[in-house]
Amino acid sequence: MAQDTTAVVQTESRHGGGAAASARNLTKVYGSGQTEVRALDDVSVDFWRGQFTAVMGRSGSGKSTLMHCMAALDTATSGTVQVGDTDLAGLSDKKLTALRRDQVGFVFQAFNLVPTLTAHENITLPLSIAGRKADQDWYDTVITAVGLGDRLGHKPTELSGGQQQRVACARALMSRPAIVFADEPTGNLDSAASDEVLGFLRRSVEEFDQTIVMVTHDPTSAAWTDRVIFLADGTVVDELLDPTADAVLEKMRA
Amino acid sequence: MLRAAWRNLLARKLRLLLSTFAIVLGVGFVAGTSVFTATLGNSFDAIVDASVGEVVVRPQTDGDPQGGGFDARTLSGDLVDKLAAADGAVRADGNLAVEGVFVVDPDGQVVGGQGPPGIGLNFNEAPNAAGEVPGSLSGGRAPEGPDEIALDVGTAERAGYSIGDSVPLVTASTRSQLETELVGTYEFSAGLNGATLTFFGTDAMQKIFFDGNDVYTDIWVTGAEGTSPEELRDTVAAGLPADVEALTGDDVAQEQKDAIGQVLQFINIFLYVFVVVALVVGSFLIVNTFSILVAQRARELALLRALGASRRQVRRLVLLEAFVIALVGSTIGIGVGFGIAGGIKAIFGAIGLDLSESPLVFTATTLLWSYGVGIGVTMVAAYLPARRAAKVAPVEALRDGVAMPETTIRRRLIVGIALTALGAGTIAAGLIGEGGRAALLVGIGILAVLLGVALSSPVIGRPLLALLRVVYRRTFGTIGQLSADNALRNPRRTAATASALMIGLALVATMSVLGQSSKASIDKIIATNFAADLVVSNAIGQPFSPSIADDVAAVNGVQQVAPFRYAPGTVEGREDFIAATDPDAFADMITLNLRDGSLGDFTGGTALVEEQRADDEGIAVGDTLTLRLPKGEQDVDVAGIYEQNPAVGVPYLFTLDEFVSGGLRPQDNFVFVSLAAGATFETVEADVDEAVAGIPLVSVKDQAAYAEEQRAPIDQLLYIIYALLALAIVIAVLGIVNTLALSVIERTREVGLLRAIGMQRCQLRRMVRLESVAIAVLGAVLGVVMGVIFGVVLQQAIADQGIEVLQIPWLQLAVFVVVAALVGVLAAVLPARRAARLDVLTAIGTE
Repeated sequence: MAQDTTAVVQTESRHGGGAAASARNLTKVYGSGQTEVRALDDVSVDFWRGQFTAVMGRSGSGKSTLMHCMAALDTATSGTVQVGDTDLAGLSDKKLTALRRDQVGFVFQAFNLVPTLTAHENITLPLSIAGRKADQDWYDTVITAVGLGDRLGHKPTELSGGQQQRVACARALMSRPAIVFADEPTGNLDSAASDEVLGFLRRSVEEFDQTIVMVTHDPTSAAWTDRVIFLADGTVVDELLDPTADAVLEKMRA
Repeated sequence: MLRAAWRNLLARKLRLLLSTFAIVLGVGFVAGTSVFTATLGNSFDAIVDASVGEVVVRPQTDGDPQGGGFDARTLSGDLVDKLAAADGAVRADGNLAVEGVFVVDPDGQVVGGQGPPGIGLNFNEAPNAAGEVPGSLSGGRAPEGPDEIALDVGTAERAGYSIGDSVPLVTASTRSQLETELVGTYEFSAGLNGATLTFFGTDAMQKIFFDGNDVYTDIWVTGAEGTSPEELRDTVAAGLPADVEALTGDDVAQEQKDAIGQVLQFINIFLYVFVVVALVVGSFLIVNTFSILVAQRARELALLRALGASRRQVRRLVLLEAFVIALVGSTIGIGVGFGIAGGIKAIFGAIGLDLSESPLVFTATTLLWSYGVGIGVTMVAAYLPARRAAKVAPVEALRDGVAMPETTIRRRLIVGIALTALGAGTIAAGLIGEGGRAALLVGIGILAVLLGVALSSPVIGRPLLALLRVVYRRTFGTIGQLSADNALRNPRRTAATASALMIGLALVATMSVLGQSSKASIDKIIATNFAADLVVSNAIGQPFSPSIADDVAAVNGVQQVAPFRYAPGTVEGREDFIAATDPDAFADMITLNLRDGSLGDFTGGTALVEEQRADDEGIAVGDTLTLRLPKGEQDVDVAGIYEQNPAVGVPYLFTLDEFVSGGLRPQDNFVFVSLAAGATFETVEADVDEAVAGIPLVSVKDQAAYAEEQRAPIDQLLYIIYALLALAIVIAVLGIVNTLALSVIERTREVGLLRAIGMQRCQLRRMVRLESVAIAVLGAVLGVVMGVIFGVVLQQAIADQGIEVLQIPWLQLAVFVVVAALVGVLAAVLPARRAARLDVLTAIGTE
């Protein structure tokens, strides 16, 4: 287990599929001079294909910044980020947006859905923005897995919080992205709804070989993943494979 | 509380700027109109005040000065000496004035003549009521000889003549053309508002216009020091012949000011209609802005409530902000008003009313009106949002997503429908009635209907937007669907925003339906009622010399000519505009259907009466009418009753004999011409053209050209109306900008989400743009539909007053909708840019 804070976390994928996304010497600095904040400090990390990874850390540890930089929502101050086969360095806003649309899936903590669109329309939104039609087989597969069959014609306000998050998950999977980033996807949910959402994410890794990165500070959620990366003060400080809630909690106390 | 209000104002500069701008525009129009009407009134007052003597002696008018330019009566020259010798009089000056004297420039064009009068005067140095000579020579010398004239400086400059040049004149007298020499230029002490002044020597003028008789049109008597005008008037009046009267200059001036005021009132009413439109449209923007300002701050207001502010205090806070904005907006608006007044002045200058010598007048009335309207409208507009703001519960401060309590759409719909019905009723009442009051009722009714529809439009607009959604979805895919959905999201706000455009376009569409119908009606009237082959006339109906009819009659191939003249006169005690023609030739020129009597009986001393008037007054064939003209009363027998005929357009048709014997100047407004059998049209037309070539005041037209000439003023009027209504459109655009800017702010997180999951900036911009177009098209379609309804109703109501054909300019209306869509695109530029520039991360993170 790598204890060296600057070392690259090199745990191999169990599926041996290589990295779906990776960062090398990633540094993100906000402000300058007196007010300079190093949100990420020389972080190198790989997210392996077909693996469910949790990123954990206290508030201000840089976990959200890491996600934003790797999801092409934010640009790094230095270092490189690769998503799928694409190096993000120097890409225009237009290319970055297209990359998010085609290569990345998102599940946010709240406000995931466009309120004027039905669940079905929300799920296919990234595709329809790109002017593409959803692959019907894949759509059916995802819908079945997410278990929303009879709620698809409803608007988000007519769905429960858990259902809304599952719709968001289905949307994230729809374009078969290289990687899905989930930012505290169960932060606003009760435990039953949380389990539904996490269960679905778990299944998409198992059944569809989907790569998922989830930012969370809840050990129970982290226990659903294959691997947990711990951040503190902008650096990777630890890693845990096949985590259990207790093991995560212990690490966090450490 | 005051400081809180001030802070809030500063914190929302952009929104503030937009709402202030609405007030600035509204007040600007009020102030501009007020300044312009004051300027216009003052300029005429100055002219009138300068052009009356201390005591004016003139032919008896019975307090009915209507016959001004039509009156042919004169005073004997002996009277001048007699008056000069009267007790208390220092001097008496005989004046001559005739209308219809215009200068022809070197290119053969008439200078002026588009409305302002051309007045011929004898040159003298009579002091006016103020004891001053109203003008003086600025160059050259006074005209004396038979062919010498002096011109006012402005006209000489416009025509390009200098002293020593020979100047051709056209006149409405029997001598239609004069060849003169310019010997002097004259500077009038006041402005002239575009009028032409031509001065002759007194003898020359008597020769040219009064058959060489020693007569005057009026006489100014000036009193000695210490004699009041009233005393002088009474002294002078004692020794006057029976049909001559004496008045003080002040009385004459007042009489003329009243007469001018009646004409100016039309212009003022016309302008104030636009003020009302600008204000109504502006109020929508102001209400919307304040609703938005309050909605955005719901949480903050709730916090104030939680901290112990009472409802009253919150309400006052909002109203105080409104007051400050209104004060600032009104002040800037008054400044802008001067610019607008200058603009209106320029527009009127372009159509002949030259006010360049009259500086803009600023009065306390302008100030009062501007601040009153600006602050009043804003406070009323802010009151509803303020009341709503006060209803925010303190606990809302602690919750997420504060929503403003809103009244139900249902209540709004009920009020809207009630208002619409009330308005429709008022219009109906107005259409049944007659006169100025009826027109006012129709105006108020239209406004009420528009407001009613505006209130109901969140409901009425729904199906339209739903239709648009289908079209958008087909055309623009998901982006289009999102846009339409966004427009549907807050129907109240969308509708309020669209309402501004709706009102503007409803009026534009109404006018274009009426305009188009008028033009079509003119074509039809001319086609069905005109049997004449050629018409000699002036584009704006200026009277011209009767000798023209003789000249034309002498042309080879012309069979007959029928002069047609209009004048004010009193028939059976009722003042009217009446017409006279040559009864023999006339029947060949205008197709007149007689209900009763016979055209054969229509000879000198008889008249024809329009059937409506005959029914109203109980006039039958064989009755005797009492016609009063300047020279007094005469009896005229009724020879026939004719069916309503727009080509005649007046209720009574007399013969030229009555007009001449009644003391009206012999001046024609039209000369209709029929061709002899076998004559070649082209040849005769060319020869008639040749015969009037020296008088550019008139032109010769065949039926088509005549129709064209009659249609032209309608187009001109429409252009002016469109230009003024463009202001309403500007306000509407601001409203859309405002609403969209707010929507973008409100949907920041959604925008962030869309960008995160892959919507490109250009797609986001398109989404905002399409929403804007949806709002604009909604307003435009509602407006055009309303306009067509108003247009059709009004056309039907006044069908018997000359607009008998209904023609709807569909193409033009479609263009309006397309222009509105473009306006939508324009309005979306800034909000779309703002949306596209939102930082994705910040947007997602926004609470």
